[in-house]
Amino acid sequence: MARKLKLRIWRGNSTDGGLQDVVVDANEGEVVLDVIHRVQADQMNDLAVRWNCKAGKCGSCSMEINGKPRLACMTRVASFEEDETITLTPLRAFPVIKDLVTDVSFNYKKAMEIPAYEAPAELKAGEARMAQVDVERSQEFRKCIECFLCQDTCHVIRDHEENKKSFAGPRFFIRIAELDMHPLDMLRNRKQKAQEEHGLGMCNITKCCTEVCPEHIRITDNAIIPMKERVVDVKYDPARWLGSKIRKRDGIL
Amino acid sequence: MSNSLERYKYDIVVIGAGGAGLRAAVEAREAGLRVAIICKSLFGKAHTVMAEGGVAASMGNVNDSDNWMVHFRDTMRGGKFLNHYRMAELHAKEAPERVWELEMWGALFDRTKEGKISQRNFGGHEYPRLAHVGDRTGLELIRTMQQRIVALQQKDARDHGDAESFIKVFAELTVTDILKDNGKVSGAYGYWRESGKEVLFEAPAVILATGGVGKTFKITSNSWEGTGDGHALALKAGGNLVDMEFLQFHPTGMVWPPSVRGLLVTESVRGDGGVLTNTDGIRFMFNYIPDVFKDKYADNEAEADRWYTDQANNRRPPELLPRDEVARAINSEVKAGRGTEHGGVFLDVSKRLPADVIKKKLPSMWHQFYELAGVDITKEAMEVGPTCHYVMGGVEVDPDSAAAVGVPGLFAAGEVAGGMHGSNRLGGNSLSDLLVFGRRAGIGAVDYVKGGAANPVSETSIHTAQEKIEKPFKQEGGENPYALHQELQEVAHNLIGIIRTKSEIEEAISKIAQIRQRAANVTVGGERLFNPGFHLIFDLDNMLLVAESTAKSALLREESRGGHTRDDFPGMNATWRQVNHISSFDGNQVNVKQQSLPSMPKELFDLFDIHELEKYMTSEEIAKGGSN
Repeated sequence: MARKLKLRIWRGNSTDGGLQDVVVDANEGEVVLDVIHRVQADQMNDLAVRWNCKAGKCGSCSMEINGKPRLACMTRVASFEEDETITLTPLRAFPVIKDLVTDVSFNYKKAMEIPAYEAPAELKAGEARMAQVDVERSQEFRKCIECFLCQDTCHVIRDHEENKKSFAGPRFFIRIAELDMHPLDMLRNRKQKAQEEHGLGMCNITKCCTEVCPEHIRITDNAIIPMKERVVDVKYDPARWLGSKIRKRDGIL
Repeated sequence: MSNSLERYKYDIVVIGAGGAGLRAAVEAREAGLRVAIICKSLFGKAHTVMAEGGVAASMGNVNDSDNWMVHFRDTMRGGKFLNHYRMAELHAKEAPERVWELEMWGALFDRTKEGKISQRNFGGHEYPRLAHVGDRTGLELIRTMQQRIVALQQKDARDHGDAESFIKVFAELTVTDILKDNGKVSGAYGYWRESGKEVLFEAPAVILATGGVGKTFKITSNSWEGTGDGHALALKAGGNLVDMEFLQFHPTGMVWPPSVRGLLVTESVRGDGGVLTNTDGIRFMFNYIPDVFKDKYADNEAEADRWYTDQANNRRPPELLPRDEVARAINSEVKAGRGTEHGGVFLDVSKRLPADVIKKKLPSMWHQFYELAGVDITKEAMEVGPTCHYVMGGVEVDPDSAAAVGVPGLFAAGEVAGGMHGSNRLGGNSLSDLLVFGRRAGIGAVDYVKGGAANPVSETSIHTAQEKIEKPFKQEGGENPYALHQELQEVAHNLIGIIRTKSEIEEAISKIAQIRQRAANVTVGGERLFNPGFHLIFDLDNMLLVAESTAKSALLREESRGGHTRDDFPGMNATWRQVNHISSFDGNQVNVKQQSLPSMPKELFDLFDIHELEKYMTSEEIAKGGSN
């Protein structure tokens, strides 16, 4: 059942590179990562590709397939036309290291900027009680496998290197939302900080991030929009603004 | 060369950033030491992420009859009493605290109606015991640990002005050698996978947390990282491996399409009601209940089905027998011609649970089958078969401190360590193992470092490590490492896989030796910059040592027990239960010697029904009644 598959793979490094055509056998049921591995084993031993679990669970094999940010391990060869050439390029929003491998350290830097979970001081191990319905909202965001496809596709940074400094990106908006909705987290002001320090305001909810999410997390609808709405609520409601100043409960949101 | 060498000094180097490595690092940092965490992948991608079912801990949230003693008994039973009793004891006692601790760090487990951490049933566990998050528990665990590390780094940034002043993660770095000077660990040597540039870590203590060896086999649930690095590093540093013949073939891996063959199908599918049938439509597991388990497992469908709603008055369904039993049963059904055209059997949950419940309880499984095989598990059966999943054997350690026997300064925790699971691991006991012993390895290494003097790395050690890395680029005309790896996988799969026999194991030993000879002359094209062929050379070397160790241990053990099945010695033998196989490396080959298994003290011995022990132990052992 093998078919000949035409691939066009970007090869190069941080300074130079281009697309190279290669023809490779593809068997029934295979995914793009399988054929990349076959190219690597038989034709280009030093072809660089990052991967790990090959099951859509670790988020390592992110790349652009025909220009779309996708996981190579979850993209079936059968989803392409018989004579279609599949073009494989590295993630565009991040600097290339080699071939299909990019430097994603931007994301780890942003992770460092999000204040960590803060447990209630008096809570003892084993005594936490939370309702399933209350943990589910955060659990949706904790499904994130950190493939950074949402970061790659987000037009705020995709072609705007200058925005990276002040914009955490969708992955970290759901991290903030997750902590904000965590039934026990004690740190206040997460939403305002998202707006003021992490660039939530730069997002104009085009939902590109939601579209590429392999975990089908509703990034825009369930994390970004609710946070934006609550921030707007407080910012432009004079009574609430005054209340928060008087009672010093600015973290009540 | 050494002038331009990248050098770091740490108190402790942790190799591996899965659950065990990260838990060890947290412990070491909290004790005030400086820690380097090294991982072959990006931070947060380690194989722990693949664990699905849950983490076993006798919190008793769902059934309050559960406690550490029941968990201990289940663990020993699952391991066919070949476990190091002390490890199984510590594990059962400390697992609940480790789970609660994760919750204190922000983990969000599924809840019971009372708002406690929910616990699910799993093979070999007497009560619902696995804390879980749907079927993505491993992801929750690794993300929680990763975020805990970040939290500690944020605190260091506030207190010391630099987030990486105490913990630094070295991602995409391969360690090729544990360095030793004056008979003790002095550091670790490796290279950045990205650039190929070499790196020296000077440190008096190294913790191995490198996980498993699955990539030695053709069909495996393991990712590319599971190449036995820690096992091989320990051997080369003068450490021992214990009982490497025991490999767990998880009964339910995907069998189709070929590209995902081996990919795990979580045991939760069976825990939540999924049943195994052959192509005749027979629920065959009833035919495979071994005598030792007859009083705990239902022998008819009616009782088995009642168990899901009434566990107090019914015996468990045989689909939930320990993994080795189920794997062998599937293997036999397929061999007898009652398997599917792709060489598997059917696992069906679609007729047992409503579609919405399946999607809620098994979201990743639904996703995995739908996206990769085009199968909707709410409507159709899955096709499954055994896949190499876990190695019970591993570095011989002191149970309390996780210190590697024979190598001062070396520690090991998680899958790379041996002894805890005996001849077979229960599902859910892996995540708890890596938390319990990850922490203990951290404490062990801290105590060692605080109690000892510096041990500088010598130029000779550095030079030897450097030569090894440079060698493949200097050679010409040798073989392709990918081809050799494939050959090794075939040999391991066919000759020392799920069912073994003397002549085949002997053939494996000679073939592995030949591949090792050829691997010494392997050549690599291209440059050092992110070169997978170059990376594979070191992985291959490690897998060859692991395979040799497994084959030689398997040849010696003339019985069948847990993850070691001998066609020529089908029975379990109480005399063999008293024997551990200890592998060591003399620089040329692996040698295996026999050593007595430590025997349980009386207070643990007395936790068991004597009639149960009689099934496993010799009459002398029974008469003695424990070791003190």
